[in-house]
Amino acid sequence: MADVLKKVPVREQDPKVRATNFEEVCYGYNKEEAVEEASRCIHCKNAKCVTGCPVNIDIPDFIGAVKEGNFEEAYQIISKSSALPAICGRVCPQESQCEGKCIRGIKGEPVSIGKLERFVADWARENGIKPAPAAEKNGHKVAVIGSGPAGLTCAGDLAKLGYDVTIFEALHKAGGVLSYGIPEFRLPKDKVVAAEIENVKSLGVKIETNVIIGKSVTIDELLKEEGFEAVFIGSGAGLPMFMGIPGENANGVFSANEFLTRNNLMKAFRDDYMTPIHHGKKVAVVGGGNVAMDAARTALRLGAEVYIVYRRGEEELPARKEEVHHAKEEGIQFHLLCNPTEILVDENGWVKGMRCIRMELGEPDASGRRRPVEIPGSEFELEVDTVIMSLGTSPNPLISSTTIGLDTNRRKCIVADEETGQTSKEGVFAGGDAVTGAATVILAMGAGKSAAKGIHEFIMGKK
Amino acid sequence: MYKILKADKLAANIYRMVVEAPWVAKHCQPGQFIIAKMNEEGERIPLTICDYDREAGTITIVFQPVGASTMEMAKLQTGDAFEDFVGPLGQPSEFVHEDVEELKKKKILFVAGGVGTAPVYPQVKWLHERGIQADAIIGAKTKDLVILEDEFNAVCNLYVTTDDGSYQRKGMVTQAIQDLVAEGKKYDQCVAIGPMIMMKFVCKLTKELGIPTIVSMNPIMVDGTGMCGACRLNVGGEVKFACVDGPEFDGHLVDFDLAMERQKMYKTEEGRAILREQEGDTHHGGCGHCGGDK
Repeated sequence: MADVLKKVPVREQDPKVRATNFEEVCYGYNKEEAVEEASRCIHCKNAKCVTGCPVNIDIPDFIGAVKEGNFEEAYQIISKSSALPAICGRVCPQESQCEGKCIRGIKGEPVSIGKLERFVADWARENGIKPAPAAEKNGHKVAVIGSGPAGLTCAGDLAKLGYDVTIFEALHKAGGVLSYGIPEFRLPKDKVVAAEIENVKSLGVKIETNVIIGKSVTIDELLKEEGFEAVFIGSGAGLPMFMGIPGENANGVFSANEFLTRNNLMKAFRDDYMTPIHHGKKVAVVGGGNVAMDAARTALRLGAEVYIVYRRGEEELPARKEEVHHAKEEGIQFHLLCNPTEILVDENGWVKGMRCIRMELGEPDASGRRRPVEIPGSEFELEVDTVIMSLGTSPNPLISSTTIGLDTNRRKCIVADEETGQTSKEGVFAGGDAVTGAATVILAMGAGKSAAKGIHEFIMGKK
Repeated sequence: MYKILKADKLAANIYRMVVEAPWVAKHCQPGQFIIAKMNEEGERIPLTICDYDREAGTITIVFQPVGASTMEMAKLQTGDAFEDFVGPLGQPSEFVHEDVEELKKKKILFVAGGVGTAPVYPQVKWLHERGIQADAIIGAKTKDLVILEDEFNAVCNLYVTTDDGSYQRKGMVTQAIQDLVAEGKKYDQCVAIGPMIMMKFVCKLTKELGIPTIVSMNPIMVDGTGMCGACRLNVGGEVKFACVDGPEFDGHLVDFDLAMERQKMYKTEEGRAILREQEGDTHHGGCGHCGGDK
């Protein structure tokens, strides 16, 4: 008999093997494992997990259906709240959301809600189950900018209510960060991302790629000339940050965005694709978030020895625990409490090393995390030939700078009402990283959901 | 798909294509560029806009194959199509925002080098349409590589110079600038577009001559929307992204040496050697030389 206090373990690719390929790390549960894990749920009357979920999936209900072996029913329960369950099951930070609130977690491990969600979504896809079809068309047109998690969710919800929705995507492929940012080994593109986008399209949502709002067409034109009654901006936070230290423009220094886009969106790791990528031998990734882990593990798979360089300690790493754990298993070396001060450049303009300084943690700062302080005289050099900067991203000003009457705050984030997504401009709504700054897939989905409601009320209220 | 309505060759190794792209054609301005991708496996290639027709919804691109991807692209014929074609990207030329009456008082000199002649054309044409006749120098290695001569003659005062003297003036564009100034011409503004090394030396000269100079930078890019930072430049000590802050900048502030170093990332002999060494069997083109995609 399995230990009821522990999660049913999930099968994964061996760390040594997976460090050399781009296949998915985690295999997920099979039917038997899923049913067994589902039986650990105690079906709390006042389920805390649901409040921990940004899109409020009826978690006990879907887990109940899994326990009974009714996987299709479980899928339809999840689909009521989420358009992208196979994605969320893989990339949500469950430990700080649903699973973080699970009563089982007080004594022992919480129910593995994320892995169960993934199982249900994968099972549905493999068995050709689609989300329930949309309501009859209501004749109202809505434009959605960006086909990432916020845009897809908003579009899906509006389509279900009968709206005629068109998503405009700047890149050549839909998915936003799901396509260009998160690597194949964590989120398979064709199998999972493309399939869930197809599900959204099956609700009647149109996706136009290669349209840059603010350049190819403006929001005002969408509203005045193209017949859209409302616009949702889910354009994300795409601008990379750099440190501003000497040597940062040398050859061999990349933003994590560039490195990951070349590899994930442009598939530079595959022989049959044309896009080149720099294969470093010794790579330093600066930063401690999920993106840093993704960049590090990608560089590792391309054959490098990889160091994470992060200015705070292990506890403060903002990445999901599972990502840090996987990175360590695969052999990524962590230089914690350590910050770069200069990138050393050879006579040909290429990176040859990175000077760092050791840090210690001082008083908590505004974010509540203890502020790292330099230890004088502790500089040292790290021999590397490639540096990947993964310091976070900020919203792209392309839209805000070309839309009159759209207010932004000092961090260049679009100002929008949390409940409805309404911005300072009539008929224009926004949500996701474009509003909050870089956050998570699921928070963006939550915002897309709220905005869909806000847009529905706005358009219905106009009559 | 973005259909190629017409494909022809302007010179031995310079290709012109008229592409159906209504969104781009409706909004593009002189100074902006597009990104094209041939097919699923292709690279995103930034290309200059040579002309546009708002009514027909078409964009004319001109390019010179320099790497594996552009060599593939050169094979496209009339009737073929690009899988992806996006734009307009970057900021329009500064003069687009200026008062036309003020512009009429200015004497502007355009300096175009090689395939860089193409992006200059919509600029001189735009000015001509507003009654402003600019001077332009087209520089090419030899007679056969001079492009768009008739088009330029129709919209500006054109001076052609060839490195080998095989056609009209002899010498580099910098020589032509010096000659024109020596002939008594006075310029309030220079716009130089061409190879990085040409723009560097034009800027060196115009700085001495006291002529403010705009250049158009064409660094390595991926997305063209500010996302990747591959195209970063040092302009007056500040980091700028060519794709969203440019591509046009004050040439007297651009760090050309850094820009040229960065352009070598996937291209130079050394870069090629590094790619060969580091990628080994997985090397598959993109270095600009090996044609490893074939």
